[in-house]
Amino acid sequence: MADIAAPGARARSRSWWSGIGQGRHVLGLLFLLPAAVFLLLFLTYPLGLGVWLGFTDTRIGRDGVFVGLENYELLWIDSVFWLAVFNTLLYTTGASILKFGLGLWLALLLNQHLPFKAFFRAVVLLPWVVPTVLSAIAFWWIFDAQFSILSWALIKLGLIDQNINFLGDSTNARASVIAANVWRGIPFVAISLLAGLQTIPPSLHEAATLDGASGWQRFRYITLPMLSPIIAVVMTFSVLFTFTDFQLIYVLTRGGPLNATHLMATLSFQRAIPGGQLGEGAAIAVAMIPFLLAAILFSYFGLQRRKWQQGGGD
Amino acid sequence: MATVDIRGVKKAYGTTRVIHGVDVDIRDGEFVVLVGPSGCGKSTLLRMIAGLENITGGEIRIGDRVVNDVPPKERDIAMVFQNYALYPHMTVGANMGFSLKLRGAPRSEIDARVARAAEILGLSQLLDRYPRQLSGGQRQRVAMGRAIVRDPQVFLFDEPLSNLDAKLRVQMRTEIKELHQRLKTTTVYVTHDQIEAMTMADKIVVMHDGVVEQIGAPLDLYDKPANQFVAGFIGSPAMNFIGGTVEVNGTGQFRCDSGVMMPLEGIAATHHGRRAVYGLRPEHIRIVPDGAPAEVIVVEPTGSEMLVVARLGGPKGQEIACLFRERMTLQPGETIKISPMKGMPHLFDEASGARLDG
Repeated sequence: MADIAAPGARARSRSWWSGIGQGRHVLGLLFLLPAAVFLLLFLTYPLGLGVWLGFTDTRIGRDGVFVGLENYELLWIDSVFWLAVFNTLLYTTGASILKFGLGLWLALLLNQHLPFKAFFRAVVLLPWVVPTVLSAIAFWWIFDAQFSILSWALIKLGLIDQNINFLGDSTNARASVIAANVWRGIPFVAISLLAGLQTIPPSLHEAATLDGASGWQRFRYITLPMLSPIIAVVMTFSVLFTFTDFQLIYVLTRGGPLNATHLMATLSFQRAIPGGQLGEGAAIAVAMIPFLLAAILFSYFGLQRRKWQQGGGD
Repeated sequence: MATVDIRGVKKAYGTTRVIHGVDVDIRDGEFVVLVGPSGCGKSTLLRMIAGLENITGGEIRIGDRVVNDVPPKERDIAMVFQNYALYPHMTVGANMGFSLKLRGAPRSEIDARVARAAEILGLSQLLDRYPRQLSGGQRQRVAMGRAIVRDPQVFLFDEPLSNLDAKLRVQMRTEIKELHQRLKTTTVYVTHDQIEAMTMADKIVVMHDGVVEQIGAPLDLYDKPANQFVAGFIGSPAMNFIGGTVEVNGTGQFRCDSGVMMPLEGIAATHHGRRAVYGLRPEHIRIVPDGAPAEVIVVEPTGSEMLVVARLGGPKGQEIACLFRERMTLQPGETIKISPMKGMPHLFDEASGARLDG
């Protein structure tokens, strides 16, 4: 067929192709298309649907109608929702501070000239690599009321005389899930900060040493300020991950005991899917957005923009 | 201000030995340049004086004190790094005042001393800028300012000009020298650029493969290089080396391997028949009617002088570089008759490279 097609048609098709090849904008848009479709389909649509559902009284198996802010009005006077908000803030704050402190400490250690450096760096990544559900189940055993290895070890050491009720008591449960989250989140913080530490030229430390700085002063005046842009990025991500955490809680406590470990994410899921109240669940999820936006804006305006980082010019 | 004594200093990384016993005396207020090709150990030696590298053997004294085990911050030295090592998150003023701040000096004193150093270096207008906003030469000055503010016993410079363009390098060279004449602080300066060494130093230490080849005043090194390495390293364009045999029949002569005879004054008869290397600087060659024939290959006029590359003794001879002050019209292929200026040839032992005198 192509062989007997008129030469004019062929020339036209060639010019059509070369037109695409040469027109930068057409070609650019073409390359953008898959990503745009992907984003629209898998990000924008679900997000939009979620926001819309929050304004309806949809239940599983029944289309809802638009009810305005009714879901949010109900949440406003719902003590369980406010408890979840408190738990989420506590969980995020506690875990993030610990992850930052321990992660920075670990990064500083790994930045030293240690034997088997590469090996240790790989080992540190393990908690991050293991699937969350798997590590959560492991923690579930570690925190088990009867078979907890922690309780066993402490009893054998003679420090306590009966098993610790890790997940049955409100305070203990909160501390336990935070500990599990910290264990899981440290590698991300440590490895990212380690990468940041390695961008600091050694000559700056040498110059500071000659200027008379002690180890602590070098950390305080050189390492920390130069690391701050990376700290801002890493901790923003860490806070976002922690704030939206679901898997660990769901495996370890399902929000119990007495909702003491219910986070906004787990409460949203529980109301929406097992509870069937899609509209209300969606409203809880949407209520997380302002918190997340606040965290992003804080890091963007508060921490990331440093005068000394901006290029030349006055 | 202080003297620096380096006695039998050695450095090894594991089993790799990089410095094999170096002795250097640096007098109070002296400007000493450590010079040598890459990897000769000059920067390592400087970092050992600073305390950034530990000393494997021997000892270093600053003033009367052996500093082998003294931590860097107690050695009272200031260093200017090749990449300047300015703290990017501090302003120029804060960079310069950092060491005083660490010492707990009062705010007013820091400001006064920073202002004084800034004035010396012409940085007064830039104290509130960040290093990013400065040009290469300005950063270089800030790095020096940081050293001056402390008023240390010894200044150490680690190839401070190698990141600057050629013109700025010449300018900063003069500035550093002026600064030294003004402050009279003992200075150790590392460079691989022999011109920098020649122009700035009171005393040059030529290093090669972890040993000191020669120590001396710039012109002494130029006039009487101790061996073939120093002879080839100091001076630009580099010295010509010609292999051959010494002949002493009444007057001394040097028979080049190509058969060409070159004059050699004041050579002892005992050297007759000895294999040697004849060293002749390009600027010590002149054209004379009865000189050795050489065929011109390349002519490079620079305005003030002419660099001529020629083959000594005809088309198959050895290439030598000649530098003439006077302008001539020379064409490639032309034959010129050349001769060394009286007393200027150097003679080195062929095997050891050591200088042969008399």
